[in-house]
Amino acid sequence: MNSNTIKENKTPNKKIETMNISGAEAIIHCLLAEGVDLIYGYPGGAIMPVYDELYKFQDRLTHILTRHEQGATHAAQGYARVSGKVGIAMATSGPGATNLVTGLADAQIDSTPMVCITGQVGSHLLGSDAFQETDIVGISTPVTKWNYQITKASEIPEILAKAFYIAKSGRPGPVLIDITKDAQFDTFDFSYEKCTGVRSYKPVPKPNTNAIAEAAKLINEAKKPMIVFGQGVILGEAEAELKQFVEKAGIPAAWTILGVAAMDSEHPLNVGMVGMHGNYAPNVLTNECDLLIAIGMRFDDRVTGNLETYAKQAKVIHFEIDPAEINKNVTSDVAVLGNSKETLQLILPLIDKKNHDEWHNEFKKRYDIEYNEVIKNDIKPTKEGLTMGEVIEEINIASKNSAVIVTDVGQHQMIACRYAKFNQTKSNITSGGLGTMGFALPAAIGAKQGAMDREVVAIIGDGGYQMTIQELGVIFQHNIPVKIVVLNNDHLGMVRQWQELFFEKRYASTVMVNPDFVKIAEGYHIESKRISERSELKNTIKEMMASKNPYFLEVKVEKEDNVFPMIPTGASVSDIRLK
Amino acid sequence: MEKNRYTVSVYSENNVGLLNRISGIFLKRHINIESLNVSKSEIENVSKFTVVIFTDHETARKIVGQIEKQIEVIKAYFHLDDETIYQESVLFKIDSSLLFDERNIQNIIKDCNATIVTVSRDFFVLAKTGRKFEVDEMYDKLKPFGIMQFVRSGRIAVTKAEMPISVLLAEFKENK
Ligand SMILES: Cc1ncc(C[n+]2csc(CCOP(=O)(O)OP(=O)(O)O)c2C)c(N)n1
Ligand SMILES: [Mg+2]
Repeated sequence: MNSNTIKENKTPNKKIETMNISGAEAIIHCLLAEGVDLIYGYPGGAIMPVYDELYKFQDRLTHILTRHEQGATHAAQGYARVSGKVGIAMATSGPGATNLVTGLADAQIDSTPMVCITGQVGSHLLGSDAFQETDIVGISTPVTKWNYQITKASEIPEILAKAFYIAKSGRPGPVLIDITKDAQFDTFDFSYEKCTGVRSYKPVPKPNTNAIAEAAKLINEAKKPMIVFGQGVILGEAEAELKQFVEKAGIPAAWTILGVAAMDSEHPLNVGMVGMHGNYAPNVLTNECDLLIAIGMRFDDRVTGNLETYAKQAKVIHFEIDPAEINKNVTSDVAVLGNSKETLQLILPLIDKKNHDEWHNEFKKRYDIEYNEVIKNDIKPTKEGLTMGEVIEEINIASKNSAVIVTDVGQHQMIACRYAKFNQTKSNITSGGLGTMGFALPAAIGAKQGAMDREVVAIIGDGGYQMTIQELGVIFQHNIPVKIVVLNNDHLGMVRQWQELFFEKRYASTVMVNPDFVKIAEGYHIESKRISERSELKNTIKEMMASKNPYFLEVKVEKEDNVFPMIPTGASVSDIRLK
Repeated sequence: MEKNRYTVSVYSENNVGLLNRISGIFLKRHINIESLNVSKSEIENVSKFTVVIFTDHETARKIVGQIEKQIEVIKAYFHLDDETIYQESVLFKIDSSLLFDERNIQNIIKDCNATIVTVSRDFFVLAKTGRKFEVDEMYDKLKPFGIMQFVRSGRIAVTKAEMPISVLLAEFKENK
């Protein structure tokens, strides 16, 4: 252990002080003071002083050696998304740092709190094209909420405190701190105080009572109101408030792919997913409602389809924490700025109790159409080959809707988000805004470590799986009991689908020639199985869910299935296709 | 949508890398920066970026929103030309012989309200401050005689309306 005695940081804002320690050791104390106990990372020359301290502090800080720095970022993201805490990824300079970029971009667009720490060459070498020097501050600027290069040890406490504050306050996001090697070696008198504000940064706008009153008026007057909620509800921890609001106002509520777990899937007023592969009713009725209430969502183009024809007949209320999102894509009649928990609490007493039964029936009618044309064939297929939908359905049954579902990107992601059911928040971990193939396997590791008491199931395509497959090493080494389900269609299925529909079946580079996935898992000593028959499905899923260990399951599914419904790019939400 | 020239004014902390962060927001939307000036502002330790772009009102508004949300940005505004008082400065370096040989040059200096910054044996330097078209006019007049060097500063502007940055800073402090 370390020779300098540090007082335990029991009271969060208490000042911690210690004399003459190295920058590297100071970094560890900052992390401990912020309540960090888990770091994902990969060592190398420029970050070695910090790793040396990690060695000394291993009883208090666990470092997980991912097999690639990208894996470290996605694991940190998975951890952050299930726990609501800040995820930490660490890497060396140069290639280590550039390998973080995809995860940073993913966390930035999906508002995930993450702090990345990179080593940098010594400050005397900066700008000289030194060995493993890259301008990671320059490279990461557009994909970080904030970043900073530390060149003096004495800057460490204040900058790291600021990093944590910025990453998790307001609309969360990733922060990268680059620390030169000399700043890690130099010693100084350390003292730490948590950051409570930055003078140029206003994380949460104050709710405007006029806007809230105006919004309440529109809600009370509406005949055909509809809610679309997003991840802002989860990040604002406003799930209970959302439920109260929906129930009191009696308004059908749809969700974006990142918002799904904010509301119980089986709630009678839950009308499903909006967007490109969302449900028929909420997409079509977006263009029939008289009031669209957006809560903590940002009108992504995958949600809105063609903006020229999006909800033009409706008044729009936008509950949002980030002023830059107001009128960015869709113009709102009333913008309710603020934290969703606070604004929903404020509006609740102003809302009349109602039930819009007739209007709700319009959703049910269209659900029935979708059920007969699409859903039935997806989850209760009669054809020979297995479908992705029926696999998800069996997982729902076996987990009783309580699992954390981590998905990769592609057809399996859309199917999983359409059919997975949730009865708890912070349960759908997917790469929404960036659509990062390779996200799921490392994110599932982080999700499991962030919620050890929960079942974590990763749903991954055969393509994306091979982008970060090396993280099986982490699962094996630490015996992290995640359940990995590869839905193998031997294709880059989503791209193949587009080629079929929009490129006259010219299948350029979308057939996957795959290895024996079971053998690979066996190579990592992970219990594994492959199935291709419906008769094996139920029991295998049960067996997988009952296992206390990591488990790999490959399901051979139909090779050329398509995901429907679908809003073709550039089309209107109401032109959603059922086939 | 109708395009116009907008002056974007950004009040910010004076930190390394912020220029990169702000210019990246224009880059992301493929907007060309016509002129850029960074200086101190009326408030101690607060910098001011003055950026000139040619775009439509909606794009300007969204860009300013995205600039303003950057952590170290205090406030950003955008204005049309007639809402601001703005100027640019230029320097011309010209062969000294011309100053004595060509009467015209002396007339140009007078007509354009330019000043002579320095005269040496080989060259003299003229300075002019004004609007872009005035500066361009002087450039066109001098061009036939040969300009050894020319440089124009970024636009600097103050708005006719108030920019209550000090109030904002006080508010930020309160919120802490
Ligand atoms: C890193 C990355 N590269 C490329 C893409 C484009 N892309 C989106 S879905 C997809 C196919 C995914 O195939 P697979 O993982 O097998 O999933 P499936 O669609 O077959 O379920 C591709 C290539 C992407 N989203 N991410
Ligand atoms: Mg596939």
